[in-house]
Amino acid sequence: MRDRVKPREQIAGILFALPFIIGFLVFMAYPLCKAVYFSFTDYPFLNEPVFIGLRKYVRMFGDPVFWQSLRNTIVFALMSVPFSLGISVLLALLLNNKVKAPGVWRTIIFVPSLVPSVASAMLWLWLLNGKDGLVNHLLGTKIQWLTSETLVLPTLAFIGFWGVGQTVVIFLAGLQDIPTEMYEAAEIDGANALQRLFHVTLPMLSPVIFFNLVMGIIGAWSVFDGPYILTGGGGTNRSAYFYAMYIRDAAFLQTDVGYASAMACVQFLIVMTLTALVIWSSKRWVHYR
Amino acid sequence: MNILKRLIIYSLLVAVAAIYVGPFLWVISTSFKTASEATENPPRWVPVSPEFRASTQPFAAKLPDEIGRRVGIIKDNYYDRVMNDPSFDFALYTRNTLIIALLSTLGASISSSLVAYALARLHWRGKNLVFGIVLGTMMLPFTVVMVPQYDLFRELGWIGSNLPLWVPAFFGVPFFIFLLRQFHMTIPNELADAARIDGCSEFRIWWQIVLPLSRPALAVVALFAFMGAWRDFLGPLIYLSHRRDFTLALALQFFQSRSGGTSWELLMAATLLVIAPIIVLFFMAQKTFIQGIATTGMKG
Repeated sequence: MRDRVKPREQIAGILFALPFIIGFLVFMAYPLCKAVYFSFTDYPFLNEPVFIGLRKYVRMFGDPVFWQSLRNTIVFALMSVPFSLGISVLLALLLNNKVKAPGVWRTIIFVPSLVPSVASAMLWLWLLNGKDGLVNHLLGTKIQWLTSETLVLPTLAFIGFWGVGQTVVIFLAGLQDIPTEMYEAAEIDGANALQRLFHVTLPMLSPVIFFNLVMGIIGAWSVFDGPYILTGGGGTNRSAYFYAMYIRDAAFLQTDVGYASAMACVQFLIVMTLTALVIWSSKRWVHYR
Repeated sequence: MNILKRLIIYSLLVAVAAIYVGPFLWVISTSFKTASEATENPPRWVPVSPEFRASTQPFAAKLPDEIGRRVGIIKDNYYDRVMNDPSFDFALYTRNTLIIALLSTLGASISSSLVAYALARLHWRGKNLVFGIVLGTMMLPFTVVMVPQYDLFRELGWIGSNLPLWVPAFFGVPFFIFLLRQFHMTIPNELADAARIDGCSEFRIWWQIVLPLSRPALAVVALFAFMGAWRDFLGPLIYLSHRRDFTLALALQFFQSRSGGTSWELLMAATLLVIAPIIVLFFMAQKTFIQGIATTGMKG
């Protein structure tokens, strides 16, 4: 380690990092500060913002649509994040067995995760169609998966299974990183397959699971594309109306920038708190090597 | 491995594969059908025309006619009614998408590599702060800055153009910076030190030594950047106001909402046209994809 910084290197460092420094200030820091400022104003885009103090935040507390979108987002996250992670771990464990043509099986599970969200929404719109959809044909039912107020969130969470391919590949790489000696040692100690899974595989995989859990929780707060298309903008009686949809609608349909910014600020606080919480709790169950 | 275990594993694999491939096959099958065949009950995986079923000729004799009819239906669906639909100008939307995707790929790769070089290989005050900011913004949901960013681009007069969709990529993408930094750190110092002694500028070291050596990581970054731009929906939805500027993702949604979701065979044909380039890209760069994702998703 060199303690003294050479002036030439100091200048070079700043110059090389300059694109990001400028980009961060212009496209991140400045907008973030503006979001905070806008959240204290009434700003309908065409007129100048007018300072109104905490009124947008007060309105938020009494706004049933806000609470509905918050509730939907949380319920969806609680269903979809653990479900997708669970499926990913199971698929990775399945693919980790010694099988013929491992690349083919992996590709089959991976490719759907590359499909653009708009395109996969179209696909599920057709498969889940209440009248002629394939899923209803196969089940012999006429269930309105996407227009039923009670079924829409579980359905949206469930179809997430089709896009877990990237997480599966990540877990698979994690599984292949576990040294075989650990399994051998466990076997010598008389551990059966299930014990090896819970005392070797899952603890060793936990940093990767943890990383994907954090990303999943954060990602759930910006869920937009799929549900927006599949439910025609929020579902029957806003049963699938998500937080990100409300921010977008408040800003661009109701042109209430102040309100949208107040929601964005609350979202920022929620995501930061959640991330901190997950990182703090990770000490209890994540085994870093 | 005993036979029972092997049997269980392979049956599970086959079941899983069927569930993952099934939706694709159903989309293809639907896009090969006429409107009435698409909503036929019970549904058929392989569409067969009524003429074929009515004909009393032997199977081999009536098959060529059926294939001819089917090719006609496919051409009708894909070419006449989707690609030539004035509201789904496929060639134009592909071009729009490609322009945005290629520009963001170029911008994100070069700028992120420059920043990563500063963070991985140079000693300067403020480095840790900048790296902290990179990590912090990596986690930030887009919707938090979506509205004020829109306001910024509105002040710049960029709304309705594709500038907001690719210009920010030229200022470094946090995730790519992180990824390239990790890779730059694995490149041995000796080459760069030797070049420095010879009086090489840092920019030349980056351009002639680090950039060529980090090609595998750059390929991953380029792929991710391209895919991200190709898949993006919310960005184009907010910023593009004229139909002639639409990207494929936005145009597909417009095509669906306009038709009210009735002509499933056409919607599925359009959907496949949007998916196909991605699948082709995947099979061309399979190794980069899998390795990239496997190595990048693990760093906590």
